[in-house]
Amino acid sequence: MSKNYKLEAKDVNAFYGGFHALKNINLALEEKAVTAFIGPSGCGKSTFLRLFNRMNDYIEGFRLEGKVLLDNKDIYQKSVQVDELRKAVGMVFQKPNPFPKSIFENVVYGLRIQGISKKGILEEAAESSLKQAALWNEVKDNLHKSALALSGGQQQRLCIARALAIEPSVLLMDEPASALDPISTSKIEELIYTLKDRYSIVIVTHNMQQAGRVSDYTAFFLSGELVEHAKTKALFTSPQDTRTQNYITGRFG
Amino acid sequence: MTNAQLNRFKDKAFQAFGLFCTFFGLIVLAIFLLDILKEGLARLDWDFLTSLPSRRAARAGILTAWAGTLWILVMTALIAIPLGVAAGIYLEEYGKKTRMASFLEINIANLAGVPSIIYGLLGLELFVRQLQLGGSLLAGALTLSLLVLPIIIVTTREAIKAVPKSLREASFALGASKWQTIRMQVLPAATGGIMTGIILSLSRAVGEAAPLIVIGALAYVPFVPEGPMDEFTVLPIQIFNWVSRPQEAFLINAAAAIIVLLCITFMLNGIAVYLRYRQQKKVKW
Repeated sequence: MSKNYKLEAKDVNAFYGGFHALKNINLALEEKAVTAFIGPSGCGKSTFLRLFNRMNDYIEGFRLEGKVLLDNKDIYQKSVQVDELRKAVGMVFQKPNPFPKSIFENVVYGLRIQGISKKGILEEAAESSLKQAALWNEVKDNLHKSALALSGGQQQRLCIARALAIEPSVLLMDEPASALDPISTSKIEELIYTLKDRYSIVIVTHNMQQAGRVSDYTAFFLSGELVEHAKTKALFTSPQDTRTQNYITGRFG
Repeated sequence: MTNAQLNRFKDKAFQAFGLFCTFFGLIVLAIFLLDILKEGLARLDWDFLTSLPSRRAARAGILTAWAGTLWILVMTALIAIPLGVAAGIYLEEYGKKTRMASFLEINIANLAGVPSIIYGLLGLELFVRQLQLGGSLLAGALTLSLLVLPIIIVTTREAIKAVPKSLREASFALGASKWQTIRMQVLPAATGGIMTGIILSLSRAVGEAAPLIVIGALAYVPFVPEGPMDEFTVLPIQIFNWVSRPQEAFLINAAAAIIVLLCITFMLNGIAVYLRYRQQKKVKW
């Protein structure tokens, strides 16, 4: 192997029962870069994203063929503990899903379940992750208020802080801004821009402008196939495949 | 009559019919309550609650009966809640959705509909005879636990099912194990629903006479039970016994005992209603 990638998919096929959701996908993702997955609804981009932290494991009838590598290690091997994997690969979901607990307890949840209960450590982790998620200044005086009282955009940044608190190296984002207003969206985008210095980020998005703004690389999916993967600028300015061109110029999808 | 007029008439007619149906049950219940209160309320005093049973109606009290009911209630709760909730959690969270699982599921739902006297016969054979527990509180509580288990299992599953998937995913994605997710997210969110089911099932258990008569609970127990192996009676059996006496005075006793039993079940139902309300409103203590 000439180069070490952060995440790699090799000959990946995925099925929901009899439905062939991902078809023979090979893709390698750079470390500390933002990769965007774009494509129309149902093209398999979310399914593909959820392979990297094994969130599909819970879906009845889901089956995977091929290999998914994190730092060159197959994460679907029997010896891999799923909870360990998820400490390395954090995830932010489409709809903000804070726990019905205080802001503080939300952020430190990932640490608490690892058995960490020292107040000093938890407080430090909460502050640093909330700062990284650009939420600290808005909530620092109300850390013990319910997270459900926050606005949608704040809740989503809280979910990002919560994911960062366990210090992953990869952050998966499944349409993180699709349920938010434009101002909250731009805040999330700015955040992604600052986070890529420290994390390898994969973001699924419906919004092509967003992909163009935040990502270094873009992968275009269609009907379970990976059509094209290239530097974002290249993909949007000179797509190699006519299907990509049709999609980004808005001819379908 | 035009079509529109006819539709309006049908609408009005159904409204009237619905109103009648609503009040039908309520009125019957109200008449029953008034009748019981008129007969029994005067008999209800401190002595009645604290006296042992007697052959003379005027001296008879329900101390042993309500003490037995309380014992049965607590013991049934101690046995049925852990079993039912754990089984519900297992079936909903861990059990694979195989054909065997759906077979089990249907049977549990069916068990909830088995007449209580059948459970009494089962209890008689299994607990009273095979395990030689006799007509003890323990045998009674075990029998009633069988009776309420399916209800607790089903309501636990429903409550767990109602917890949004996003909450589970958030927990899993942060590296939580299944059990951590259940304990820290699913159960707290489902507690209101589970508690409601538990209390409603217990209030059913409190009102049961038939299965306990079958396993040999006695109508005349001249002492308050002191341990789980003691013989016992419960309010419904005491009421049943008094009602079957010919003397007027015992009927009045029965009415007074009914008031006490109704108070207990209304209280339990009240708690259940409150819990459901609190869950809907997400009111915090």
